[in-house]
Amino acid sequence: MAQAKVQEIPVLWLQAGTCTGCSVSILNTLSPTIKNVLIDEVVPGKHIALKYQATVMAGQGEPVLEVLEDTSHKNKGGYVLVIEGAVPTRDNGMYGTLGEKGGKALPMAPRIEALAKDSLAIIALGTCATFGGIAAGKPNPGGYVGADAFLQSRGVNKPLINIAGCPPHPDWFVGTVAAILLKGLPKPEELDEFKRPKAFYGRLIHENCPRRAYFDEGKFARKFGEPGCLNELGCKGPVTYADCWLRLWNSGTNWCIGAGSPCIGCCEPGFPDLLAPMYQKLVDTNLPMVGKLQKKEAK
Amino acid sequence: MSKIIIDPMTRIEGHLKIEVTVENGVVKDADSSGMMFRGIELILQGRDPRDAQQHCQRICGVCPTSHSIAATLNLDSAFGIADKIPDNGRIIRNLILGAAHISDHILHFYHLAALDYVDVTSVAGYTGNDPALNSVKAFIQRGELAPFVPRYEGDYRLSPQMNIEATAHYVKALEMRRKGQEMLTIFGGKMPHNIGVIPGGVTETVTIDKIASFLWRLNELRDFIDSVYVPDVLAVAGAYADYFEVGAGCGNLLSYGSFDLEGNVADYTRRKRLMKQGLVSAADLKLQPLDTDKIVEHVKHSWYEDSSSGKHPQEGMTRPALGKKGAYSWSKAPRYDGKVYEVGPLARVVATYAGGDATVKQMVDSVLARFKASPKALFSVLGRHAARALYCKLVADTMPSWLLQLKPGEPAYVDYEIPDESHGMGLVDGARGALGHWIHVKDKKIANYQAVVPSTWNFGPKDDKGQPSAVEQALIGTKVKDEKNPFEIVRIVRSMDPCLACAIHVITPKGKEIGRFRVS
Repeated sequence: MAQAKVQEIPVLWLQAGTCTGCSVSILNTLSPTIKNVLIDEVVPGKHIALKYQATVMAGQGEPVLEVLEDTSHKNKGGYVLVIEGAVPTRDNGMYGTLGEKGGKALPMAPRIEALAKDSLAIIALGTCATFGGIAAGKPNPGGYVGADAFLQSRGVNKPLINIAGCPPHPDWFVGTVAAILLKGLPKPEELDEFKRPKAFYGRLIHENCPRRAYFDEGKFARKFGEPGCLNELGCKGPVTYADCWLRLWNSGTNWCIGAGSPCIGCCEPGFPDLLAPMYQKLVDTNLPMVGKLQKKEAK
Repeated sequence: MSKIIIDPMTRIEGHLKIEVTVENGVVKDADSSGMMFRGIELILQGRDPRDAQQHCQRICGVCPTSHSIAATLNLDSAFGIADKIPDNGRIIRNLILGAAHISDHILHFYHLAALDYVDVTSVAGYTGNDPALNSVKAFIQRGELAPFVPRYEGDYRLSPQMNIEATAHYVKALEMRRKGQEMLTIFGGKMPHNIGVIPGGVTETVTIDKIASFLWRLNELRDFIDSVYVPDVLAVAGAYADYFEVGAGCGNLLSYGSFDLEGNVADYTRRKRLMKQGLVSAADLKLQPLDTDKIVEHVKHSWYEDSSSGKHPQEGMTRPALGKKGAYSWSKAPRYDGKVYEVGPLARVVATYAGGDATVKQMVDSVLARFKASPKALFSVLGRHAARALYCKLVADTMPSWLLQLKPGEPAYVDYEIPDESHGMGLVDGARGALGHWIHVKDKKIANYQAVVPSTWNFGPKDDKGQPSAVEQALIGTKVKDEKNPFEIVRIVRSMDPCLACAIHVITPKGKEIGRFRVS
């Protein structure tokens, strides 16, 4: 049963400008289950010690903030920081606070900066944490930015992996964590230009879509519920890099295009502004990548 | 006199701070404040109205489905098709919402609330053969107990055997809530943030295999609800029976109702729903009709100019005044007819009970009889947990009949034109209670969007007359036995299932204006 030497990997999971949907999506992980992730050796000999995660942890208030600070002090350079949600920066970050000191609310931004500085590596989880996402939608009232942009602006240069998606698929997160535990941090060539693991974000939805044959034959759905390619209904599959078509969602039950809906491009840096309106056909002018794709198709 | 500040309040959705003043062991005053702002309503302005459904789900990733339903009902009404949704579309929306609520309520009891009652460390003494429990035992023996410590210590009352069983159910419930979300995606595409619910109906089509697949996932969940969830709630209630008298709150309940049983009535306040719309007071338990004109939002204790107080959501304006004297929250204080109302599963169950529904009456009365309690006991920490479990059972038991009403091959969506200008309103009881969305469309774009969400009702600040909000009233007067481990406070707060990303998406920081409605 209990093994003599199990390595504990401390993880701090901080929620900033988030809807908590990323946490809920990770709870949906199938193999391993979330119980396996929390309790068991997720890979042989290694256990994730999830020291701070506000949605599941038992404690609250001051004692859990002490855990947050203790863990980073005691494991300097040895813990993984997961950031869920975008970082609020306007007006000294007062749009999002966590705990207080001397009767004054403490903004999340300097906390994130300090925790990132002392971490081994950072996983930015979900499109808000990676690129700003919904929280940073025009006019971005809270001045929200993705974790990478935020940390670079503060001169923090730690290894960072972006797991995009609104929400991210649990496999993308758990697979990335397992890869780190088994093989160490990813090599630069294993990430794309947006620091996303190519294993999950390396291929275009459109090129792998089960409705692709309709596109090639010019058969388009004109209203919801019709068979055919969903391009006319606004599908962003031609500009979205993700493997939803391969692994499907929620234990392989279904996915957006499978349910008759256009892809809304939730894994891409421009989401939601550059990919809006969601239900309108892509226009070349506001999406440089479409031009690229169309040129490719013309050959 | 002492102050207890709980920040962050965990095992909830969002960022919440609870501050109570305790005198001679009794809570004298309570303040509930939200700690994060994104401004989704402001972000919605100027966008294609059809995108509202997707954006609004991102208000909250724990209850996105409720927002998807409120937003689409709102858009249906603004587009003039509220009474034209095909039956397949209406029923699939009910199935999607039902699946979400089942999954969400299982999550709430086991993963958000139960650790206040169940001592997981009892599993260290487990001697049986269950592999899941033995893996928890091995976890405890390794000694790294995060995220299950730190925690409040002391008032854990279940026997070791009950703790062990409840821990096994905590693990099983992780699987069950996941299956609830899988069931949802048969018609909803993915979770969180379903893709299937859209104005006009749903994107999915009805086929026999989807019906069968849904039915058998549902049957598995019904078994769990009947043989594990409801019995566990009753077992916890047995061990903590004094909590039928803790956290009574304001005694007024408000429900928008949920699950449309007819599609040809455009008025959501009159349409026949499984859970009834209306208002109930603890004093007489009579169901009063809902009149949304009586909803206003107060701001005297919020950081907004007093001149913007007392407006209906359609006419509301938000004029920030940071540092305003006497204010302590970015959340507004919604009131109905000038009174404080609590929303949530308790409200919709009691509204349906008071409305004379035989099934609900039988379910509720049998629980009350078991504890030799009067209906007044429902207004309590345990009353809320029991109502949530019974509601979950009622919905799960009703869903098979909806599945059988689906007609394969017939449409689930109706086309529409976006009007140049119009107003809309969408009402539904979300997982956490009465959820209202309002929209003003102009030049086929969103001119204004406003959501008055369950957690603003339950977790807002005091109003213009100084009446504390539902959670503040539930906290005031509570005896706190151990101020270092104030179980009573967190049990009351979690019984109302706070969703703070919902409650404070409407607020605004210094110098910004948001969610303002033009008076037309």
